[in-house]
Amino acid sequence: MSLWLNIKRVARYGFIGFIRNGFVSLAAVSIMTLTLFVLSGLMISGAALDATLKQLTEKVDVNVYLTTDATDAQIADVDRMLKALPEVATVSYVSSGDALAQFRERHKNDQLTIQALDELKDNPLGAMLQVRAKNTSQYEAIAKFLDTQQSSGTSAGSAIDKVNFYQNKTAIDRLTNIIDTSKRLGTIVAIIMGLASLLIAFNTIRLAIYTARDEIGVMNIVGAGRWYVRGPFMVAGVLYGVVSGLIVILLLYPITLYITPPLQRFLGTFNAFSYYAGSFPTIFFVIMASGIALGALSSYLAVRRYLSS
Amino acid sequence: MIHYDKVTKIYNGGQHAVEDITLSIDSGEFVFIVGHSGAGKTTLLKMLFAEVMPTSGSVYFNSRSIGELSNKELLNMRRNIGTIFQDFRLLPTKTIYENIAFALEVAGKSDEDIKADVPHVLELVGLADKMWSFPRELSGGEQQRVAIARAIVNQPNVLIADEPTGNLDPINTHDVVEILKKINNLGTTVLLATHNRSVVDSVGKRVVTMDQGRMIRDDKMGKYIL
Repeated sequence: MSLWLNIKRVARYGFIGFIRNGFVSLAAVSIMTLTLFVLSGLMISGAALDATLKQLTEKVDVNVYLTTDATDAQIADVDRMLKALPEVATVSYVSSGDALAQFRERHKNDQLTIQALDELKDNPLGAMLQVRAKNTSQYEAIAKFLDTQQSSGTSAGSAIDKVNFYQNKTAIDRLTNIIDTSKRLGTIVAIIMGLASLLIAFNTIRLAIYTARDEIGVMNIVGAGRWYVRGPFMVAGVLYGVVSGLIVILLLYPITLYITPPLQRFLGTFNAFSYYAGSFPTIFFVIMASGIALGALSSYLAVRRYLSS
Repeated sequence: MIHYDKVTKIYNGGQHAVEDITLSIDSGEFVFIVGHSGAGKTTLLKMLFAEVMPTSGSVYFNSRSIGELSNKELLNMRRNIGTIFQDFRLLPTKTIYENIAFALEVAGKSDEDIKADVPHVLELVGLADKMWSFPRELSGGEQQRVAIARAIVNQPNVLIADEPTGNLDPINTHDVVEILKKINNLGTTVLLATHNRSVVDSVGKRVVTMDQGRMIRDDKMGKYIL
């Protein structure tokens, strides 16, 4: 018998089984829809957590205050050395003029400070380098490197006046802890919820096939090969996944649109709808592939139990 | 054609379902297996299509030991054995047409052959007008006739019937027995397990009597004696 004829028959019986076992299919599709919702929720909340943590991380930097008499060459040396460090993400130069303008802007409502500043003939502020690390836990290593440079008495080191890491150390450490814990917790929650919903979906399909165990027994006795028995159930499993996946993907459109404003009030810049629209191909692929794989695999394993040799 | 060689079956609970049975059945025979419930009739028949494997001894089909068949050979053998059960065992989500077509499909028949064979076999059992019904829409007698149609559609060498009339009224019982006699007259070996005395006595064929797993009588032109 040709393979194509077999595939055609298996696909037809799978489709017929899906339609005729309406209640069983409805139960399996409902549970798989919930499972895939959990999965899409994990994707969106993971992206939200990443965006929020990234935003927090970007708010942290370390300023390297340079002496007022530091030359351009010395500043360029410090800048080059910092950029050469693997921990450093960006280094931006703020001239003494810019530093003064920033200071004035920050204290524009503090007349006493502005008056005191006006009394001075020269700009008392030196230039500075704002250093941003790739990870908040790396600031200490950068600060230590700068300390070593400062105390070594090299030309570049003598241009460094002060590093403000130690004033902010407690806040930075706390933030690093919060970020690490959030990431760890996020991963654990994702694994637990993912596994729980996978097990529920798997058991639902197993129950659906349990109702057909006598039918499988009859197919065995009539002389049907393993794949001829298993195939239609796997096709039905794939259909559960496809239908559930499409439901989830369609429903995510209004849901993300609805949750974006309150989520933004809570989390800041993360936009769930933009994430859904921007990552649509990825979300579509992950949801559909998960649904299809889960349906087919669950059916495969469930039928295997009732297949005799 | 069929040979049970010192076959014993002990289930997990230690119950001896079949004990030391040696029995030969020739091609074209009609054999009744009779005995009370629990005598071992069903186990004896199930061992023929390897739904149950013997604890000791061997079952031979066409001189081949069933226990030594490969998976593919086993499937081919099952396609050569038609089976009928007391509870009909039809596929509930398939129509009558599809139930019978399924047996032909697994045997590798083409769609054209199936379209020709299914109506023909349904006519033989008098159910041509029920082709598109589902099993639940048929009476017990009709369902058993569908099961017979499915069992014979591949023109098997052997037909195994395990209490086929157990759930039927006397009229349907008579119809089923007549169909089985016709199939046997066409050359198919029939093994029929039953405890219906009138069926056994009316046909007048070979009777193998079992009691508590043992074969206690084998009469060529027998009667139901227990």
